[in-house]
Formats: sequence, structure tokens, C-alpha cells
Amino acid sequence: MAQNLQLTSDGRLRHLLTLDGLPKRILTEILDTAQSFVSVGERDVKKVPLLRGKAVFNVFFENSTRTRTTFEIAAKRLSADVVNLNVNASSQSKGETLLDTVSNLSAMLADMFVVRHSAAGAAHLIARHVAPHIHVINAGDGRSAHPTQGLLDMYTIRHYKGDFHNLRVAIVGDVLHSRVARSQIHALTTLGCPEVRVIAPRTLLPRDVSGMGVHVFHKLEEGLKDVDVVMMLRLQNERMQGARLPSAGEYYKHWGLTPEKLKHARPDAIVMHPGPMNRGVEIDSEVADGQQSVILPQVTFGIAVRMAVMSLVAGANS
Amino acid sequence: MNLPDPNALIDALAAQLAPTLSPDCALIGIHTGGVWLRDAVVARLPLMSPMPVLGELDVSFYRDDYAQSGLHAEVQPSVIPFEIEGRHVVLFDDVLYTGRTVRAALNLLFDYGRPASIRLAVLVDRGGRELPIGADFVGLKLDLPATEHIDLLRDATGALRFVHGPWE
Repeated sequence: MAQNLQLTSDGRLRHLLTLDGLPKRILTEILDTAQSFVSVGERDVKKVPLLRGKAVFNVFFENSTRTRTTFEIAAKRLSADVVNLNVNASSQSKGETLLDTVSNLSAMLADMFVVRHSAAGAAHLIARHVAPHIHVINAGDGRSAHPTQGLLDMYTIRHYKGDFHNLRVAIVGDVLHSRVARSQIHALTTLGCPEVRVIAPRTLLPRDVSGMGVHVFHKLEEGLKDVDVVMMLRLQNERMQGARLPSAGEYYKHWGLTPEKLKHARPDAIVMHPGPMNRGVEIDSEVADGQQSVILPQVTFGIAVRMAVMSLVAGANS
Repeated sequence: MNLPDPNALIDALAAQLAPTLSPDCALIGIHTGGVWLRDAVVARLPLMSPMPVLGELDVSFYRDDYAQSGLHAEVQPSVIPFEIEGRHVVLFDDVLYTGRTVRAALNLLFDYGRPASIRLAVLVDRGGRELPIGADFVGLKLDLPATEHIDLLRDATGALRFVHGPWE
């Protein structure tokens, strides 16, 4: 269903809503295109004229700094006009209001919507209702998906490790509440990563996790053994209902990535984090700022990856 | 139509170019045929000290048909590993036709800086210009109808040849 919505009849990417089921051909095309945009970002003039005259609306029903800013920079580097809207979702009832908001923005001649919403499926709903020339990019919907984060993570892994075919990758932490983890797992599987591990306490794992083709570990040291890539997740206190955890200190003791625990991974393993980090909770500062950390390059690559996604969808108009 | 051997044309093109080059030149190929042509010409140039610097452009982000056909597949990074400011640039492309690729390349080049001059070297000028653009160095002039295409190909051994026929 999402596939019919995401791809044009001739198989080009029209909207980016989820990485679930997106063919390898498309993922690779995005990563390859992003590589060219990385080199644009190294020039004095960091702009290209692809989206000149187009209006990109960043519509954020949920707070975000990094994602919104990098989407804004990406759109500006493509020469688009950018409008940022922070909409308070709680003030009105959802469904109808969301579509009304979008209809009004469409009447302002939007060409592209970048949407973040606390409800899963919000971007899909918008994509189903916009005019054919309008493109929708999901910038995070509930616990469901955060496809551009998943893609920039894949770009980062490919940058440091070459390809996916001999890699052991561990995703560590609050998988239950993480849309990032879902997008990462789908992308890693599609790109041919032979071993994806999920390391988390039982209370922070979704029930369907075993059906996602991953190896589950409940002990950090065991799960990290000989991995090439460690992808940390943020502990999402704001999404937790009830007591799933004893305390942040207790979490750090068992699940926090310290230099000692990182030693179980391969010596050349890279450490990633989608941000914002809870230092001293899921990750120790010494690791976050250490030699193996690629957390800041992830942010820089995120701009190029978002430029690639925007220029591919906006070009799929025929 | 009997097409000439591209190697003979490149010999002649390199002989035309060589006396005009200086160490402050930059030899820049347009992906992909223009990079092959540039490589073949460089291999034929007499030694110079220092040699002109080399660069590569992919014009996909600057094409004027993006709104119609979207982003071209297999975009490659442009590589300009030197200051363009003040350089005498020679741009290389395999076939000069409408002039739109060269227009895109000029815009792209100016986003790197202000060159002292830009000249254009092509292996084949097939006519059919849609923009006021001309080549300074030409291997072969052809009058091809719009229904036909001509392209330079490079095989795994590095050998260059022409392919010519109706558009698919």
C-alpha cells in the first residue's frame, strides 16, 4: 500500500514515507545521489539550482531541531523557497485538522511537504490527499518511521565501511519507542547486511521484533561482541507510559555505552547516535566524543541525503 | 555512414591543443564521454612542468530538463581539486549538439569560482545548436539529422569507438 503511494507507475520515488518495502534500487540511488551532494557541500557556493522556484513547507506537528534545520538547509541548498511551520497538534482534533492544514498550505502553492507528526501514518494520510504534483517526505511519524534518518545512517555506514555485505550491526536501546530503529532495520536488511542485532531490555522491545529478521540480545556485552557498527538509540522518556525502567542511573549501569563495554566490539567499530543524546544515560561522554564516534559526521551527511531525497522526488513528475 | 577512428581524431585534436596550453590551464572533462576524451588527449600531450591540473564535472544538478525528466540516473560527484580562480580552462565533451550540456557545465563551473577563460574542445560537432555556443577545438564536423545519435564508448580495455544509429 505504501509502495503504491511512494512510487510512480514507472517505479520512481514520488513520496518518501517509509523504508519498509522500498526496493534496494531506490535506496542505492538515494545514497549514490547523496554522495554527489556531499561534494557540493564542500564548495564555496553550496547551492545548486534544481528546485529554483519551488516552495518547500516544513510542517512540524512535533518538536525537532536537528531534523527541521537540516531539511531547511537541504531545501535552501537546492535553491527552493522554504517555509517553516511549527503546528501544535494538541490544540485541535487530529485527522480532519491535519488535512485542512495541508489544504490551506497547498492553496499557498506548496510543491513539497516535509512532515513530522506524533501520530503514525500522518505523512501517508497527507500523501493520499495532495494533488499529483505535490511531494511528501516523512520526517518522523509516531513510532512508525523516520526514513531520512535511516538513510543518513546507511550513508554513514557505507562511508566508513564501504558496503554492507560483511557487516555485523548492533542497534542498542529503546527499540520499542523508536521509529529510527524500524527504519534502520528495514534499510539494513534491504541493503544486504547479513547480521543485524538488536540489544535491549525486554521491556523496551516491541513484541513483533523477532519477525523483523534480527538477532535479539538482552545483555549489552554479549550483543556488542565483534560488531562493526554500534547504532545507539535515544532513551525516549517523553514517549514512555508507566514504569518500564527503574531509573536513568540504573539504565546507564546496564545499557549505557561506556568505553569498557565498547571494547567488546571490533576495535575499528564506529559508534552512531541519531541525537539528541542523553549523555550519561544511553551513552557515556567519553564514547560520544571519542575516536570511534561518527555522530557529528552523521549530521553533515544528513543534509546531503535530504538533498538527494528532495531532488529525486521533485523530479518524479512525469 | 563510415565513421573515422576516434584515435586519429584525438591525435589531431591533441596536436591543435598542445601549443595553446600552459601550466596555469585546467583540463576539465564533462561526464562521461568528456572525461574519456580528456584522458585520451592528456595521454598524447608533450610533457610540461608542471602539467595542467585535471578536473571532472557532472552537470546533472544543472540540467535544464530536470522539470521534465527528473534527476539523471547515476549522478557522479564533480571533482575540481584546485582553485578555479584565474585558471585558463579547457572543457572537454565527446559530442557537441544542442549546447545545453555546455550551458549547464558553464554554470556549474562558475559555482567553483571565476576562471580567467574557458575554451571548449569536442570530438564531434554534429550541428543542431539550440544555444549560442560554439567549440574552439573540433575533431570532426558532421551534419547528423535529429533522428540519429552518435556517442563515444570506452570498452573494458580502454579502447575508444563511436556508436552511431537511430535514437532508441
